Amino acid sequence: MLILVGIALALCLTLTLDMALGPARYTLAQVLSALTSPSAVAEQLRVVIWDIRMPIALMAITVGASLSLAGAQMQTILANPLASPFTLGISAAAGFGAALGLVGGVALFPGAVELMVPINAFVMAMVASMFIYGVSTLRGVTVETIVLLGIALVFTFNAALSLMEYLASEQALAAVVFWTMGSLTKATWTKVAVTAAILVVCVPLFARQAWQLTALRLGDDKAASFGVNVRRLRLEALIIISLLASIPVSFVGTIGFVGLVGPHIARMLVGEDQRFFLPGSILCGALLLSATSVVSKILIPGAVLPIGVITALVGVPFFFSLIFTQRRRAW
Amino acid sequence: MVSLTLDNLGASYGRTRILDGISTGRLEGGCLTAVVGPNAAGKSTLFKRIAGLIKGDGKVTLEGTKRGRDGICYMPQDTGANAVLTVYESIVLASRQNAGWRVGEGDLVEIDRLLESLNIANLAFRNLGELSGGQRQLVAIAQALARNPEVLLMDEPTSALDLHRQIEVLDFMRRLAAKRGMAVLIAIHDLNHALRYCDQTLVIANGRLIASGRTSEIVTARMLRETYRIDARIETCSQGLPHVIVDAAA
Repeated sequence: MLILVGIALALCLTLTLDMALGPARYTLAQVLSALTSPSAVAEQLRVVIWDIRMPIALMAITVGASLSLAGAQMQTILANPLASPFTLGISAAAGFGAALGLVGGVALFPGAVELMVPINAFVMAMVASMFIYGVSTLRGVTVETIVLLGIALVFTFNAALSLMEYLASEQALAAVVFWTMGSLTKATWTKVAVTAAILVVCVPLFARQAWQLTALRLGDDKAASFGVNVRRLRLEALIIISLLASIPVSFVGTIGFVGLVGPHIARMLVGEDQRFFLPGSILCGALLLSATSVVSKILIPGAVLPIGVITALVGVPFFFSLIFTQRRRAW
Repeated sequence: MVSLTLDNLGASYGRTRILDGISTGRLEGGCLTAVVGPNAAGKSTLFKRIAGLIKGDGKVTLEGTKRGRDGICYMPQDTGANAVLTVYESIVLASRQNAGWRVGEGDLVEIDRLLESLNIANLAFRNLGELSGGQRQLVAIAQALARNPEVLLMDEPTSALDLHRQIEVLDFMRRLAAKRGMAVLIAIHDLNHALRYCDQTLVIANGRLIASGRTSEIVTARMLRETYRIDARIETCSQGLPHVIVDAAA
């Protein structure tokens, strides 16, 4: 419990830092006064903090939390330490969907041209998820089959994406490459609200099944012997995971590392009892992406680097230090 | 006291018939029933079928139960868990399914008592992945008992234990079954353990029930020859207990 409180406090710190940093230089006191009494500060400061930096900082937290939670439950239901939204091809499908809009100008949901890229990404991510879901309902399909199918989808969508990049104009190519690197700079309050709402809906659904999900880690037979309907639990979790993973990816592009490593960090810190692992994964993912957002602003002063590029650079050293110092195993 | 009756139980995996027409008289609670037979005879499938984990034809009738089918607990053979959980956490997990997040003081006292009675209190805060095969098996028994079953189906619960632990566990299970009025079915390969600890025995081969009844009447030289293809004698030891002495493969 203390560990979770510690992570939450660290998250508050990175959130504040994330809002204090940016191309326009303000002191910490100015930022704090803009946060506590927005009407009492200059209009420019208020706009920068409330309309630009805060959506980005909160987007980092909600996206990090969503992807980490999706990865955690994917690893749980597939009993595979390599599982993440990438493993099942959800991110690759989203990337392909985005490229369809950026390169081909194809809107998979006609009538929403302004939101063409995120909607395309979401539609393709859900198509991949529903395909996996459909296959997993077939009799005789094992966890290993689902993982293999996911990897096949990753290769398929990546190949299709490469083909589109090959055929794209220079301008469209740059847009696709930037999108696939992942970026929080286009965060808005609406996107933050949607991502947070999905998280708020999904967390209680997983929390309600905390004991069953933990039991699943003891193996299907053991979980079934505890009275868990393993097949139904796995399918329900897969649907929730699909929703959790596809929304953030459609808004911010492919940010891969957090969905894989966030859960592993949480597992090493608090174990796999879902009563602690669930909040642990959410907090670790949020902290990881929030810290990455801070680092992406300070590596090159005045420039904000794509967050997808920085995530691994920030996360790997921390992850390695945990692997070599923690008493709990990573898997 | 709970009792269990099997009526024409069957089960298939795909087109392969694994169990066929298993019927028994009333298997009474308060004692141990051995389920014996060669490898792949259908013992595990029978347990899964009784526990309702696989579907099939036939009927399982429970009498004297307070919880109905929820009172049946199957302890699987596979103990290879990779979960990053301590032994204590894994037993809390077993006891708290379908319950709220909060674990009460009473639950913890029960778990402490269970660990003590199985002599594994020293393992409580070890991670599951660090345990030996035998230790895992003892933890699996603790998990099963933490669910307070009325009918317990134990699939080779002593296969990884040393001789001392085998005796200790079977002796403990016999006392516990009598105390709780629990019906315990144990799939077991050691027929001497069956003779010593189990009042009744079911013999399964090729998915069918070959024989059932009092263990001392079921475990005979003829049964051993027909079911296991071995030449053996049943002799009485110095303590007056029947003992299987194997001479050779038939």
